Amino acid sequence: MIEVNPILIFFAAIFTSNMIFSNFLGMCSFIAVSKEIPTAIGLGISVTMVMTATTILNYMVYWTILVPFNLEYLMYIIFILVIAAFVQLLEMVLERYLPTLYYSLGIFLPLITVNCAILGVSLFMVTRSYDFMQTVGYSIGSGLGWALAITAMAGIRSKLNEKSIPEGLRGTPITLVITGIMALAFIGFSGMVQIQ
Amino acid sequence: MNTIITTIIVVSCITAVLAALLTISSRTIGNYGEVVLTINDDKEYVVNGGSSLLDTLRSERIFIPSACGGKGSCGYCKVKVIEGGGPVLATEKPLLTKEELEDSVRLSCQCKVKQNIKISIPEELFNVREYSAVVERTEQLTPTIKLLRFNFGNEEISFKPGQYIQLKAPAYEGNDEEVYRAYSIASSVTDKHAVELLIGYTGGIATTYVHHHLKEGDDVHVNGPYGDFYYHEDDGPIILAGAGTGMAPIMSILQFMADNNINRKVLFFFGARTMKDLFLLDKIKGFEEKLNDFKFVPTLSREESEEWHGEKGRVPAAIDKYIEKGENYSAYLCGSPAMIDSIVQALLLKDIPSEKIYYDKF
Repeated sequence: MIEVNPILIFFAAIFTSNMIFSNFLGMCSFIAVSKEIPTAIGLGISVTMVMTATTILNYMVYWTILVPFNLEYLMYIIFILVIAAFVQLLEMVLERYLPTLYYSLGIFLPLITVNCAILGVSLFMVTRSYDFMQTVGYSIGSGLGWALAITAMAGIRSKLNEKSIPEGLRGTPITLVITGIMALAFIGFSGMVQIQ
Repeated sequence: MNTIITTIIVVSCITAVLAALLTISSRTIGNYGEVVLTINDDKEYVVNGGSSLLDTLRSERIFIPSACGGKGSCGYCKVKVIEGGGPVLATEKPLLTKEELEDSVRLSCQCKVKQNIKISIPEELFNVREYSAVVERTEQLTPTIKLLRFNFGNEEISFKPGQYIQLKAPAYEGNDEEVYRAYSIASSVTDKHAVELLIGYTGGIATTYVHHHLKEGDDVHVNGPYGDFYYHEDDGPIILAGAGTGMAPIMSILQFMADNNINRKVLFFFGARTMKDLFLLDKIKGFEEKLNDFKFVPTLSREESEEWHGEKGRVPAAIDKYIEKGENYSAYLCGSPAMIDSIVQALLLKDIPSEKIYYDKF
């Protein structure tokens, strides 16, 4: 176990070890849903919610069930099961009690199930042997970092709409190029805290 | 050995707990209780909320046409939702036109019934039912087209000549999804306990099922009838035109005219490539005897043989040749979109009023 303050981990997960810019996880929805700021924020919030809740659940499942039975190798399957079930449950709850948010998220909500950043956070929590508070800090931070990245990208892309871009670069290619440049910019934060 | 057993037990337990949790929450959170579904302002149904409008209507034995089975990809299950449908979902928008969005048309497979809801559907859809049938007869008419006769036993179907039904193609080897596909009824409306379909092989899910898997004596499921392409009463002469399996609704219309001694002048243009692609010629010959003024004009586009004395080329050219002025004509067309568009052009040039040109594109 590493001795880092959970609050530090929280900030590190947002800036120095951003899920998108340093791990390049969750790229598909990052590219697909970063066209408009409002939907990007909506998805960012729901990813943060799902990420925090599933990582905490997975932490408990891992330490109370998998470790005592020596079944750590099953974590991939079990984590995915927990994530899928949680997203389904969240969908039902939102549809019933927060229909406005449910409708504005639309099809992005079920897509979170297959967002690899969510599984990534659960797996990193294991490989980096975080304790409970560190896990909480790390999962909230990673979610907010992902939300920050997609919102920033949506902002840039909405400005790009008015610019003339060479035809072969329009859409996904230019988004990937920008992601690369943003990742370079985020290197500027590294060295402040090291968590990986 | 122990590892294997504990693995199985742990995975099963976790899955079971999650499944139980989801089932309980869908019974409690996903349960919207009883809601009232009002159709066309006069029929009221008390239904359990929570499922899609398409499924809810189906459970009340009202069948909305749907080819994809509720996945939101075919866009057939459109229904006007007057009240209580909630906002239009992102999954529906690509399949709805601007006019439909303004007219509060929704895809019934995506719109969920969660509160009292008011909808309006065409009155004919109340006539639509689901039938289990037995394949009574199959006949290979051309190398690619098969005739199938489905027997409904004691059940009766009532339809208008020209309408279609949907056939369910179940999962089979090499295909794991269940789909519905529409086929026009080729048999007579008086033949109430069976329908005949003409199905051409295209390599698709349903046609592969029909051509490679379905045998005489098998059970099939169909629902219907559907469609606004059917015979309309009128006095003037009538043009029928089709190609390939587009023959089906035309046969039903001809049979209807023969049964009811309708004395309208009839011209039937049938487009095909070669003489091998012509079929049901005996039946058509029968209509020449039964109907007062019937002319069959097969038009072959690729026939080189000396034996062929009929029309050559495309159907629009034949129409141009056979019809001088068409103000009092009406026309029924069934075939591919490209073919229908070219025939409609030819008919409009002959002054046939566009509101009397009925067609079924497939």
